[in-house]
Amino acid sequence: MAKNKKKLSRRKFLVRGGLGTLGVLAVGTYVFRNPIRRQIAGMIDTGETPYLGNTKSPILWFEITKDNKIILYSPKVEMGQGTFTGLAQIAADELEVSMEQIAVAHAPSSSGNMDDFATGGSTSISSLWVPLRELAATLREMIKMEAAKKMGTVATSLSVKDGVISEGDRTITYAEAAKDVTEWDIPDTPPLKDMKDYQFIGKPISRVDLKDKVFGTPIFGMDATMPNMLYGAVVRPTVIGATYAEADTSKAENMPGVVKVVKEQDFVGVVANSRMEAENAKNAIDVKWDIPKVWQTADIEAMIEVGKGEPYVIQKEGSPKKTLQEDETLIISEFKSPIGAHAQLEPNGALAYVEGDKATVMMSTQVVKITRNEIAERLGLEKEQVNIVPTFLGGGFGRRLHTPNGIQAAVLSKAVGTPVKCFLDRKEEFQNDTFRPPTHHVLKAKLNEKGLIEAIEHNVSSGDVAWGSPMLPSVVETILGADLGAWRGGMIQYGAIPNYQAISWRVKLPFATSWWRSLGLLANTFAIESFMDELAAKAGKDPVQFRLDQIQDDDRGYRLKEVIKAAADKAGWTDKVVNGRAMGFAASTDVNTPCAQIVEVSVENNEIKVHKVTCAMDPGLVVNPDQVKAQCEGAIIMGMSASLFERMYVEEGQLQPTIYGPYEMALMKHAPKEIDVVLLQNADVPGGVGEPPLGPIGAAIANAVFRLTGERLREMPLKIS
Amino acid sequence: MKITFSVNEMPQSIEIDDENTPLLWVIRDMLDLKGTKFGCGKAACGACTLHVDGEAVRSCSYPAKLVEGKKVTTIEGLGSEEHPHPVQQAWVEEVVPQCGYCQPGFMMATAALLDKIPEPTDNDIDQNIINVCRCATYYRMRKAIHRAAVIKKNTTQPVNSESDG
Repeated sequence: MAKNKKKLSRRKFLVRGGLGTLGVLAVGTYVFRNPIRRQIAGMIDTGETPYLGNTKSPILWFEITKDNKIILYSPKVEMGQGTFTGLAQIAADELEVSMEQIAVAHAPSSSGNMDDFATGGSTSISSLWVPLRELAATLREMIKMEAAKKMGTVATSLSVKDGVISEGDRTITYAEAAKDVTEWDIPDTPPLKDMKDYQFIGKPISRVDLKDKVFGTPIFGMDATMPNMLYGAVVRPTVIGATYAEADTSKAENMPGVVKVVKEQDFVGVVANSRMEAENAKNAIDVKWDIPKVWQTADIEAMIEVGKGEPYVIQKEGSPKKTLQEDETLIISEFKSPIGAHAQLEPNGALAYVEGDKATVMMSTQVVKITRNEIAERLGLEKEQVNIVPTFLGGGFGRRLHTPNGIQAAVLSKAVGTPVKCFLDRKEEFQNDTFRPPTHHVLKAKLNEKGLIEAIEHNVSSGDVAWGSPMLPSVVETILGADLGAWRGGMIQYGAIPNYQAISWRVKLPFATSWWRSLGLLANTFAIESFMDELAAKAGKDPVQFRLDQIQDDDRGYRLKEVIKAAADKAGWTDKVVNGRAMGFAASTDVNTPCAQIVEVSVENNEIKVHKVTCAMDPGLVVNPDQVKAQCEGAIIMGMSASLFERMYVEEGQLQPTIYGPYEMALMKHAPKEIDVVLLQNADVPGGVGEPPLGPIGAAIANAVFRLTGERLREMPLKIS
Repeated sequence: MKITFSVNEMPQSIEIDDENTPLLWVIRDMLDLKGTKFGCGKAACGACTLHVDGEAVRSCSYPAKLVEGKKVTTIEGLGSEEHPHPVQQAWVEEVVPQCGYCQPGFMMATAALLDKIPEPTDNDIDQNIINVCRCATYYRMRKAIHRAAVIKKNTTQPVNSESDG
């Protein structure tokens, strides 16, 4: 192993500002000025999110092994999105090593290679595209410089292939060159290779984590073990807004296998010899909760209503308000979406060992640094005394951005002085989720004499998505006011319309709402794209052409038009019903990635059946086409699941249901038999991939159902009346 | 109580205090085979699927005491990287997993299905493969199941064997 002490000689590639902090600090004096808010909203909408971590020291990122392989320590976690594979391809190409010579591992927080943001928002590959290539190229040059010293030559006369450096007949491996180096020279950032010289970027390389996932390797948070490990369980509230008051633990204390009952100010838990014993004892604890109000579904629905709360204009062009004055030509439509659960298969939890003044916590998390800081604060330790060891995530989807479970496991471990593994059960997962908030949409439009849209307005009322997340400094909230997560996909993407605006109505709900894969995109696209189909019908136009006719002539517009045309082409778009099947169309633009989808749907016994989905997406430069396709396939079916089946409700203060099955989701039998993905690459850098293909699916299905039955479905989950 | 059984062809004898202990926790926590996953604890998702005497069983809701004298197979025993089960080989070739957490359960359910129905139709798959995958890898799984059937047919034809690998 090359243990390296860094010597930063010259480095020019750390200066990376621009959007850096969303421009927030720069605009600090303009707080509350609407144009600034809209400008920031626009920047977020384009998805140009920078990487917020170390980009200057290859030594934090890579390790060279004795058998001449390179380990890339990723600050981004692997939750299924394929990021590890993409990062390996990107690094290998600049490092000049083969795919067999590179491995990817999660960077523990103690390594110092942490991201200030999170793994989420479809930003991992796009934000690391430049920095990781620069880091890899720099490391390559660093190794070459050491090789030159050992070979008694100059680095410029050396060539490199598959981790072997050569000059004429003489060769030296990376491992040999790096051996015994204690102080590295870090050169200026070398020029990056030409795209045409990349061997792996752009190729459908198989997943680097594939074999572990097929042969049952213990790689997930719940699989983690430590010697002398005990099992914890924490009593969690079942009622919305309930806070812990006190507990009678006398019965639990005498249960078999119980090691200790732990009473804290904010929770009570138990440590036992086995998971079952811990769960049994937990169930025997009698907790008194403070419950300020017993909520019902009707209470929540009454809160989520456009017109209530504070409106924030997030997009405005022309004079939409003036144009959309009430008269008989004004078209108004409403749409709704329900509370959604993450329902990821691996529950949240952690394995923690607090040993004196040091803590090690192994867990599935999307926020390594925040988790570390929160645990350190709770335990009264310095941040550096806490080491978060990220594991593979049994699903992320935004469910692992809030990690009190890491704190609870650490507190239990501290109480008994041994490692404690503590996980939620499935009911606790469903009732303590950070839900996708319900939404209500009101859309207004007027058509002109040519049958095109003269003005359009989208109002969305939503529970908060991004606020309350420790990822965002509170200053952002102050400036933006509106919730940037709730408006994902909420803007009008048809820029040739002369007058348009989008308004976000912000609501604070009594239960936790947060990021759910694609945030507001699915619901906002459902509303806007259903409305676009209604307008096309009113104008007597083909819905695909109707959209194409109202897209502006600029780069963004070009890319959107191209995916729309590609989807229509590939699917053989028709607005006729053929053999009892109708097509439905919808398009969205998210994190700079336009996506268009066409579904083929039939209705049998009042049930909506999706037979085929054609998806055309332009994520810009594609690092791994096979994995981008995999993300499209998964996002389409997950989006179908949310659009057709999923819904949480509130009954007597409890969020329900609490188990798969009653929380209805798409299964094998619902999955389309055909998914046809077309990838366009009309941008020369990678854009977001994991979330954008989730946008259009709900609207596309609803639009197909309308074509088939004449019924306009206005509420998700979509059900035929 | 004491239970004697085999796991992946290895004899096991274990002592459990609570006779309601689900097989899942015996496999995961006592025998340290972590490939079988906990998803829901109520036999509703299938992440914990393994084989008991060749039958697919949801081990989170299967009392360990019922396994006395029986043969248990988990994902670790289904096949290995060197000798993958046809289902695992098909999963690799179709690059099915995303997060991967539910995949062992699906592969175990598929292996049991192919033992009963060597060439399942789409409808057979819809009726029998009813686990939950949140990454929604169903599209590739269906392709992999059909591919596994072909691999299994081609590799097991010459040998007169009913072994599941």
